[in-house]
Amino acid sequence: MTNPSTGSGRRVLVCIKRVPDLGGEISLTADGMSVDDSSLGHTVSPHEECAVELAISVAKDTGGEATVLTLGTSDATEQLRNALALGCTGAVLVEADPGAYGPADVASAIAEVVRDHEAAGTTYDLVLVGNDASDTGDFQVGVRLAYLLDRPVVAGVSMLSVEGGSPDTVTASGLGPDGGTEVFEVPLPAVLTVMEGGIEPRYPSIPGRMKAKKIQVEERTPVAEPAGSGRLRLRLPEAAPSQVTVLGEGPEAAAAVVDLFEELGVLR
Amino acid sequence: MTDSTSSGSTVLVLVETTDEGIVEVSQETLTFARDLGDVRAVVIGSAAPVVSKQLGDLGVSEVRLVEGPGFEAYAAAAWAGAVVAAQQDGQVRAVVAAGTPRGNEVLAHVAVRLGVAMAANVVEIGSTDPLTVSRQVLGGAAMEELRLTDEVAVLSVAGHACEPRLVEPPTTPAVETLTVEVPEADLRARVVRTEPGEPDESGGLKTARVVVGAGRGAGSADGFKDLLELTELLDGALGVSRVVTSLGWRPHHEQVGQTGSRVSPDLYVACGISGAIQHWAGMSSSKTIVAINSDPDAPMVTKAHYAVIGDLHEIVPAITEELRRRRSA
Repeated sequence: MTNPSTGSGRRVLVCIKRVPDLGGEISLTADGMSVDDSSLGHTVSPHEECAVELAISVAKDTGGEATVLTLGTSDATEQLRNALALGCTGAVLVEADPGAYGPADVASAIAEVVRDHEAAGTTYDLVLVGNDASDTGDFQVGVRLAYLLDRPVVAGVSMLSVEGGSPDTVTASGLGPDGGTEVFEVPLPAVLTVMEGGIEPRYPSIPGRMKAKKIQVEERTPVAEPAGSGRLRLRLPEAAPSQVTVLGEGPEAAAAVVDLFEELGVLR
Repeated sequence: MTDSTSSGSTVLVLVETTDEGIVEVSQETLTFARDLGDVRAVVIGSAAPVVSKQLGDLGVSEVRLVEGPGFEAYAAAAWAGAVVAAQQDGQVRAVVAAGTPRGNEVLAHVAVRLGVAMAANVVEIGSTDPLTVSRQVLGGAAMEELRLTDEVAVLSVAGHACEPRLVEPPTTPAVETLTVEVPEADLRARVVRTEPGEPDESGGLKTARVVVGAGRGAGSADGFKDLLELTELLDGALGVSRVVTSLGWRPHHEQVGQTGSRVSPDLYVACGISGAIQHWAGMSSSKTIVAINSDPDAPMVTKAHYAVIGDLHEIVPAITEELRRRRSA
């Protein structure tokens, strides 16, 4: 099967999520329902950075196209533009408050886009999502999406290749439970959830950024009302008062460290 | 938490096994599940003889042993079909698995097939009626309290949410073999081959008196030379955070944390590890924790007993040099 819209080139849809870039301490909003991100930068998770990289590589290797999608507020255009600067050639913003969306709602909203694009002549051979969102950590959007689209799905893929196997399949691999690598040959079209680690994400180039600015982002509003996630509230773990004894700063502290090792009796 | 085994409802637990028996996180999950009702375990494929004894030690009432030609190689959809088949008789109010990559993947399929929500990485049951749970979000930096309103709750249990606890006396679970026919569509995504990883040497890690931990601060796959030297001088073992194995810098069997080994050495030297819950869960019971980190506000530093602030690539060589100097003195 070749893609009717791009011949032998593969069309890939990669789904990302704008999340706060958590450094040190986090605080919650007054209602306790979300992270107060007003003073934080935003990013996408490492899993999704790798998913974008894989999407672009597959598109480039086959002469196809990679489209990036997100469900979020208009602020998430920043993350779409970043993916466009890396080499995606189309972008879709499903404009909605992501906090109101549970994992099943997100999967439905993505499925709607896939179906609409297909009806308009664009079939995605692969839909890539991150293994789990770094904020909500639901571990299920990709699987739910696959069922909605009646496509096979593999979770936790870190490498993939569209060459070598049959033209209608993708070879995907990821870490197995015993630390070995599990290899899947999945018939296309398929959904894969991507785990970081198999591939180094590229950096955007200046011409890439310039080009990205000119690409029109498709803006949509989802049709269905979200059911929500069932969240009652967020809670931060109780911070125990720090009991730390600082032995020093920099290499000068080495003697104090070795004194401690001696005191603890851990030296042979 | 108390064990309630008389509530009249059943909780189905997907158990992951190896040739050595039930994996540790599944043992924890079986323990955790006892709070939700009588435990029915589902084991897929062949089970080592030691597994049935372990299931009894962990208080399991009944076992569904799933067989069939569709289970020779792993396919998440096929496993989910088996779990759903094992769920179908009796009053199963919850389907539970360990929050491993495989556990979460299979449960996501199960949740779709049952038409219900799924809660990943649960650490605590808030109330049972209505069912509310706390689960890890933001990589463990926060908990989400979540209500599960469906007739059947589907949830995975975060690694090290509890310790495996044996029941006394052990139960003698009723074992029923379930032959499950797998539709072709459920085998579309299945393992066609596996490639072995590095040999598993985590036995040394789990029993070492000293563990030198290394995180993102190591910087690259080439950033471990000094750390390995320190490990050797302390006659210890190297343990690493998830990001280190994810990035392919070190083999998986060296990973300490929720999805790796749990260690409790006399001394844990955490070098360039921020101290995310994922990692903390695997080493928090160490007797003495020394953090070496450039960020004085990193959770690992504030939670440690002792800390040195600065670049591990400067501090670790200085420590090894000092150790050598005193040794030769």
